Amino acid sequence: MNFENVIQSLMFGLFTGAIYGIAAVGLSLVFGVLKVLNVAHGELLMLGGYISYFAFAAWGLDPFLSLLIVIPAMILAGIVLDRVLFRHIVRQEGEEKIKNSLLVSFGLALIMQNLAITQFTADDRSIQVAYMGMGINLLGISLPYSRLGSLILALVVILALHFFLHHSLAGKAVLATAEDVEAAELAGINIHRVFMLTFAVGASLAAIAGTQVVLTYGISPSVGLYWTLKALIIVILAGTNSILGAFPAGLLLGVVEGLSGAFLGQTYSEVIGLVMFLLVLMLRPQGLFVRQ
Amino acid sequence: MEEVAVKPFTQDLLRRWLSPAVIIVLVLLAGFVPWLVNRENVWNLLYLICLYITLGQSWNILAGFAGQTSLGHAAFFGIGALVVRTLWLGGVPFFLAFPLAGVAAVAFSLIIGVPTFRLRGAYFAIATLGVAEVLRIIVSQNLPMISTISAVQIANYNLPTRYYAMLGLTLATMVSAYLLLRSSLGLGILAVREDEEAARATGVSVLGHKLLALVMSSFFAGLAGSMFAFQQISYYPSAPFNPNWSFESVLVAYVGGLGSLIGPVIGAIFYIFVHEVLAIRLVNFHQVIFGLLFIVIVLLFPGGLMEAWNRIAILLKQIWKKVVSHRKPGGQPL
Repeated sequence: MNFENVIQSLMFGLFTGAIYGIAAVGLSLVFGVLKVLNVAHGELLMLGGYISYFAFAAWGLDPFLSLLIVIPAMILAGIVLDRVLFRHIVRQEGEEKIKNSLLVSFGLALIMQNLAITQFTADDRSIQVAYMGMGINLLGISLPYSRLGSLILALVVILALHFFLHHSLAGKAVLATAEDVEAAELAGINIHRVFMLTFAVGASLAAIAGTQVVLTYGISPSVGLYWTLKALIIVILAGTNSILGAFPAGLLLGVVEGLSGAFLGQTYSEVIGLVMFLLVLMLRPQGLFVRQ
Repeated sequence: MEEVAVKPFTQDLLRRWLSPAVIIVLVLLAGFVPWLVNRENVWNLLYLICLYITLGQSWNILAGFAGQTSLGHAAFFGIGALVVRTLWLGGVPFFLAFPLAGVAAVAFSLIIGVPTFRLRGAYFAIATLGVAEVLRIIVSQNLPMISTISAVQIANYNLPTRYYAMLGLTLATMVSAYLLLRSSLGLGILAVREDEEAARATGVSVLGHKLLALVMSSFFAGLAGSMFAFQQISYYPSAPFNPNWSFESVLVAYVGGLGSLIGPVIGAIFYIFVHEVLAIRLVNFHQVIFGLLFIVIVLLFPGGLMEAWNRIAILLKQIWKKVVSHRKPGGQPL
């Protein structure tokens, strides 16, 4: 295997990792603030992907432009899910809360997946944009426009989220709630509004990743669990206390998968993530990007 | 005087012999009814009930007794099915391949359990979900062709044999769960579920008891998978790894009543009958209804049908007492 191929797989790993990263940051945000683990996160991603697909099929809307529809729609969906479902779990305590959130969102994942089958059929859908296959060729390494676009979008989204969390009042309230719910409530923060906001942002992050998934891989009702799993693994790799740390961890997983796919074959690249997950649990359970 | 002496005696008799009598009647029904009726759909229905009792009880041992949530029982089920199907179609007699299915499932469960059981939180659940999904992807990529049993095996195919083998496994699972609950090991497992710190402080090995529950659970899930491989004439090798198997194990245990011995039996019977009714009319939509039902049970009736029944029984008892006290002349002293 020559040097160019290695760089090429590395770049594609980075492109994939950027999508992993956005999806994982959404999950990590919800887990960090609401302290519930939403196993239906991949189904939210799928929903976002379908909205983007239908916007393209109906009006020929570019997946980067359709974000203007996808994000408001998913904020709405997030608010509804929070009010109907997750509010009841947030009230519970400790271990029971995590366990029930896993079970309830597992049920939700099943509901959304089967609803998608009945509404959208089980066919694979993907978006074929005009600039598909076009790209820059840099020293023998091809960089397609669509993948570069995903990477840039991911960076913009993460930067925006960073500024929102650290430089706006609402964002600071979210971080404070993540740190200590009771103290935040005593300081006068309306934690239920924070939970609602967080879940809405988490759902839209999943959906933004979904628009890129439908552009690069295609989407079907059963893809949810796959993406949930990637996001979960990344959250554990980064450490559950590190919300934005999930993004570099996503890039890392993407690159490791890309390289192992090139060297060992595509099948084994699926196993690599799980092996990393178990190794991190054994050697550094607090996560890679958490300072002790 | 006489009444006072007799009443506890009959109550005692009821309490001591009612449940064994019910169990004997149920087992006899399961054993003889399909044989007497002898219709293919009856064999199949009872087969499915037994399969889901086994799966539900397997999940119940882990989550109900030891308090560890698995979201990937499909992994153990699928491994059992894969091992037995490969060996069986390769010429190894089924009864030799059968125990290997359980052993293979246990091996996989230990890969998950040993690193994750040391940590608190959702790590075990995530790892089970992950292993199940990765196995499903690997199997569907490497074995994309439908697996069908040979023409000779189809000619010799006998559904009652499959059913009685499944019934035997179900009884073995139930008896094992019962013996586990009665043993000191079972008490240790329950102690770990209730309070890990307190259990550790009293000298209970937390990791050991969690692993014991996991080993038993994955062993029976693997054996259930091998029964699936034995019964199905043809299926995609990735089908037993489908996340639906994980969900159904959870659902059966929850509907019946988590942590109770008899819960999975009630849950499986309920699930299969409702499933048969709904699946015909609603096709894919019936899973949506089960998902909703499941969420409602977890949030509102965490004790499942068993709890609902207990509540109704208490209510009936209270009403009965009122009725009796009203009827008795001079029931009120003084």
